[in-house]
Amino acid sequence: MATLWISFLAYPLVVLRINTNTKSLDPQWSRLPILAASVFVITIIWRFLLKRRSYLRLTKAVNEASGLSVPKATWLTTVAKSRYRRKLLVVLLVIVAIIPFVSTPYTVNIMTTALIYITLGLGLNVVVGVSGLLNLGYVAFYAIGAYTYALLGYYFGLSFWICLPLGALFSTILGFLLGLPIIRLSGDYLAIVTLSFGEITRLVLTNLGFTRGPRGITNIKPPSFFGLNLNGAPKAFLVEHFGLHPVMDLNRLFIYFIILAVVVLTIICVYRLENSRLGRAWLALREDEIACQAMGINRTRAKLMAFALGSTWAGLAGVVFASQITFINPSSFSFMGSIMILSIVVLGGMDSIPGVIIGAAVLILLPEQLRFFSNYRMLIFGALMVTMMVFRPGGLIQSVREVYIHQASDSPPEPRPVVATPSTMDQEILND
Amino acid sequence: MTDRSLYTNHNGDHNGDPVLSTTALSMVFGGLIALDRVDLKVERNSITALIGPNGAGKTTFFNCLTGIYPPTRGAITYQPEKDRQINLKGLAPDRVTQLGLARTFQNIRLFNNLTVLENVLIGCHCRMKAGLFGALLRNRKTMAEEKAFIDFSYDLLVRYGLQASVNELAKNLPYGAQRRLEIVRALATVPKVLLLDEPAAGLNINETNELGALIENIRSQEKLSILLIEHDMNLVMKASHTIYVMDYGKLIAVGAPSEIRQNPAVIKAYLGEE
Repeated sequence: MATLWISFLAYPLVVLRINTNTKSLDPQWSRLPILAASVFVITIIWRFLLKRRSYLRLTKAVNEASGLSVPKATWLTTVAKSRYRRKLLVVLLVIVAIIPFVSTPYTVNIMTTALIYITLGLGLNVVVGVSGLLNLGYVAFYAIGAYTYALLGYYFGLSFWICLPLGALFSTILGFLLGLPIIRLSGDYLAIVTLSFGEITRLVLTNLGFTRGPRGITNIKPPSFFGLNLNGAPKAFLVEHFGLHPVMDLNRLFIYFIILAVVVLTIICVYRLENSRLGRAWLALREDEIACQAMGINRTRAKLMAFALGSTWAGLAGVVFASQITFINPSSFSFMGSIMILSIVVLGGMDSIPGVIIGAAVLILLPEQLRFFSNYRMLIFGALMVTMMVFRPGGLIQSVREVYIHQASDSPPEPRPVVATPSTMDQEILND
Repeated sequence: MTDRSLYTNHNGDHNGDPVLSTTALSMVFGGLIALDRVDLKVERNSITALIGPNGAGKTTFFNCLTGIYPPTRGAITYQPEKDRQINLKGLAPDRVTQLGLARTFQNIRLFNNLTVLENVLIGCHCRMKAGLFGALLRNRKTMAEEKAFIDFSYDLLVRYGLQASVNELAKNLPYGAQRRLEIVRALATVPKVLLLDEPAAGLNINETNELGALIENIRSQEKLSILLIEHDMNLVMKASHTIYVMDYGKLIAVGAPSEIRQNPAVIKAYLGEE
């Protein structure tokens, strides 16, 4: 049934091809059975997964009723378990750091974009995932960062390294200012206001004189490396000894490593924030605003902090983006950008750092790998989202709360249980 | 009868030293008078119950006390110490909690997707100091504080029998444990007055009896005063020292449990006229 229906719906898309030579419609009927067959297969898989899911639920309910403990960890959630998380991240980091030496400039460029989106995703995660404030105008803060660097570089010749903190600072301030009027809002209203904020920012950038309007700003300088010409001697050295691709632009490579550092910094900061007094206040805010206030948490302050801090990362990412792309104009910061970042967070897993990383990788890298599919990219994108929402509404990697290990105390005078946290273990490692 | 019992001083075995009192507290929603000049006193270190039929305005009264609704008229006087008076009227909910009034909710409002321990840690929020930079830098002071409060929270959970589910998500707890956790979370703010909004709702007889013992335990161990909204008469009669009865936003009776049981106005409000 579904097969017939989708065949009918997709018929104009798949079968009818416009032959540009003869300027006529050129139906390709041979495609229809292929489509029908694939849809049929997909439906069956879909049905199977749905059945499996309800079966799993049932067994879980039965187990719970009979008092059996249910092993909760699936392979995806175990990835996020704290013990392995650190090692996994380090391994991942090493791999990502090696990639440019074994691949092409093209790959490095895409990876840079992906890393920028990871930063954005992690930043938005603070606002949407952790604090539960739906922000549809996040790209505006990204634009602020990018324009900070572009404009300050254009008019005053300020360098990348000065603009990086400035971009972060400006978008933080803007996040704070935007936060002020909307702290009373939540849910749909908040989404609408932030959405329009994003659009307003884009329109302002388009229409202001000194931002050079839709023409944008060209020739944005790459970051300097102690004033060294990276494409001279250092490049020759790397190409010779480390097998670097000969046409690699070392400035690009440098940006790659800068954004990599930014990502690492972001991960550490977001992780620490999430497991702190402030982060818990945000989580409480997301879970239940009234109970959150009843716990003595200043709602206004928590919301403002979330908005401002979330925007910081967008500012950082924006500065790096401007230096990577060397040309920005307002249309780089359209509403689709916000949606993209939000999709990364939702797809990867709200409030889950590894989730956001995977989400960004999937949404940015996959379309590049599937270029031959590019006609159907949005179709696949949509289908992916629908599938996600049905089977894993919590995202690819669901957030796992910090586990606190209870150790019996050795000291007899006070038989008081000591609770060790992963964070205190960090402290011990540092002390060693 | 009503008037006499309303304005008689019921000292009982208490010293007539209210920790919380309202005078002529009124709350008007549009044309609806939800609270009509309510005078209520919570004696220090006592258990005071507020009862009344559904829709009498009990929860509205709580919401006024805790700052969720700003009361239309009247005053709320809070005396954390004998010689210190604070007017709570018009303060924000978080401020009220910081000053020492903690509450639970009629329909449980836990932080469902957080663990039991995190729920209690959030309760510690207003006594913790770490700010943004502490969180980011994880300096010695912050970590020491974090550890101290984790220990505190764990102790609290052990004391109220929830240590087995420290890392459990709050939503996965059985109903009775969720009720208990909500009380523990409120205790984590180290309140002087604990406001319990129908803590026995949805509990069976055994659990309700346990709850009665628990409430008495909390009062004596944590040295605080409890104001209790409850429908379960067994619990109220057993646990409380003073009972206030409310109907249509007005207090209709006040007194010790034995007096309330015989009060014709109360009987009328609950059972109707003969």
